Amino acid sequence: MSEAVDNEKRNFDPYAIPMDGKFNVADGFLFEADEQWKWFERLRNEAPVHFCEESEYGPYWSVTKFEDIMHVDKNHGIYSSEGGITIVDQDEDFPLPMFIAMDPPTHDVQRKTVSPVVAPMNLAKMEGLIRERVCTILDGLPVGEEFDWVNRVSIELTTQMLATLFDFPFEDRAKLTRWSDLATADENSDIVETEEQRREELMECLEYFGRLWQERAGKPGDDLISMLANGESTKDMLERPAEYLGNLILLIVGGNDTTRNSLTGGVLALNQFPEEFDKLKANHDLINSMVPEIIRWQTPLAHMRRIALEDTILNGQTIKKGDKVVMWYVSGNRDEDAIERPNDFIIDRDKPRHHLSFGFGIHRCMGNRLGEMQLRIAWEEILKRFDHIEVVSEPKRVISAFVKGYTEMPVILHAKK
Amino acid sequence: MAKIKFVQFDGTEETVEAENGTSLMNAAFDNGISGIDADCGGECSCATCHVLIDDAWVSKLAPISEQEDSMLDLNPDRASNSRLSCQIPVTEEIDGIVIQMPEFQY
Ligand code: HEM
Ligand code: FES
Repeated sequence: MSEAVDNEKRNFDPYAIPMDGKFNVADGFLFEADEQWKWFERLRNEAPVHFCEESEYGPYWSVTKFEDIMHVDKNHGIYSSEGGITIVDQDEDFPLPMFIAMDPPTHDVQRKTVSPVVAPMNLAKMEGLIRERVCTILDGLPVGEEFDWVNRVSIELTTQMLATLFDFPFEDRAKLTRWSDLATADENSDIVETEEQRREELMECLEYFGRLWQERAGKPGDDLISMLANGESTKDMLERPAEYLGNLILLIVGGNDTTRNSLTGGVLALNQFPEEFDKLKANHDLINSMVPEIIRWQTPLAHMRRIALEDTILNGQTIKKGDKVVMWYVSGNRDEDAIERPNDFIIDRDKPRHHLSFGFGIHRCMGNRLGEMQLRIAWEEILKRFDHIEVVSEPKRVISAFVKGYTEMPVILHAKK
Repeated sequence: MAKIKFVQFDGTEETVEAENGTSLMNAAFDNGISGIDADCGGECSCATCHVLIDDAWVSKLAPISEQEDSMLDLNPDRASNSRLSCQIPVTEEIDGIVIQMPEFQY
């Protein structure tokens, strides 16, 4: 990876360049180096609604203050999700329609069909099985010996949880992780060699899930595929394979990367703020407020994007019809005007759920309670077993301005005394 | 001023007094009533302040806005008397209102 070498020599100081139309935060390498914070700080202070004239993703607006982000998220009639929700434009010849990237009324209809699967009732049913799987993974970990937390815990755990959700053949579960990685792969990453290979693998995903659909059609069940195959408004979705694939990818990605990186981020945060770890050990009930705080602090998805459907004014700036608008949740979650001591990880905040990581408005994360439940169970079981999870060196981060996460984090577990 | 009775899912009842101008959501919060999450803080953007309005009171409330309607619609358990409590202002007219909490917020 020659880029990574060049990267070390790069100057990441945002104050070394002028604040003008070339000021560009949408750079995966900035996030890989974890150097984006000061860039956003400068935007929030000097140009909270900022137009970047050129970037590898074309021109776009950056919205960086909590309140402005809330405004954009709320006003779906002006700021459309149609056609894509990341700064990267969707592939025109290989579109993957999914309701996260649709406006009403289609969005509402589709979301309604799949949302019961993550309704609290259903979650309660899944909790036992998820806990069982968490315990098995944790019990198999080595104590006092270095290993990669991302691979052995975060990925394994979230993959198993996904498999549970889809009632996916357990022995094939690694495929889910692969498909999730493929779908979000940044063109600079080395996850896949060529675009052709990516498409081929995604077609394989569709075929696999097509078979599961056929098996389950006509037999109601609690898993996601059964729900889609038998739901009144989705049961003919298989005739629209791109849409079926789109929704699958949405659920795979939605429930995978995000939770995975929160599982890693939580461990990292507790290492960077050891006094919070002490608080937690003294009172395990704090897990309930720590979980949303982990999700805020990590902000697993750094941004969501919209397209303006009409000329509009946002915090004094005129946004033109057709402009790309990027809401930087990662910045809003560190906005001093909305959150006290926003850079600190504080596990007993007053209103821990007052953060942007799940978005707000009609696209607010459908799996937010599920994500929280997974983290809660994981931490309950971790605290029962280990005294400390020591991060032994800096984690490696994902090259992406969208998925904010980790590819590797070496840790050593310390047994309870 | 208005008296508001909150009925928890398990049947527990609590009555509070709230100032005009605040919202039902804030009235619950300020009085330590559980059962409402209100993740967005009253912006009509999270739907975690969902409540069920006692039938006798449904028609006496300000109508549901488009925004509230689309947020309520995210909830598969939406009922005909579902409302978002942050969108209901406290006024003299609702003195005595009875509010039922749902089993879950999501
Ligand atoms: C910590 C974990 C998670 C985070 C940070 C997260 C974040 C988000 C964000 C930011 C959005 C988009 C909001 C927007 O466009 O305004 C979203 C939407 C969505 N998420 Fe999550 N998510 C998480 C977990 C999950 C899980 C476990 C699932 C699995 C079911 C899931 C499924 C979805 C779906 C289906 C949508 C689309 C909702 C819509 O457009 O109406 N998410 N999520
Ligand atoms: S508090 Fe979020 S919708 Fe009412």
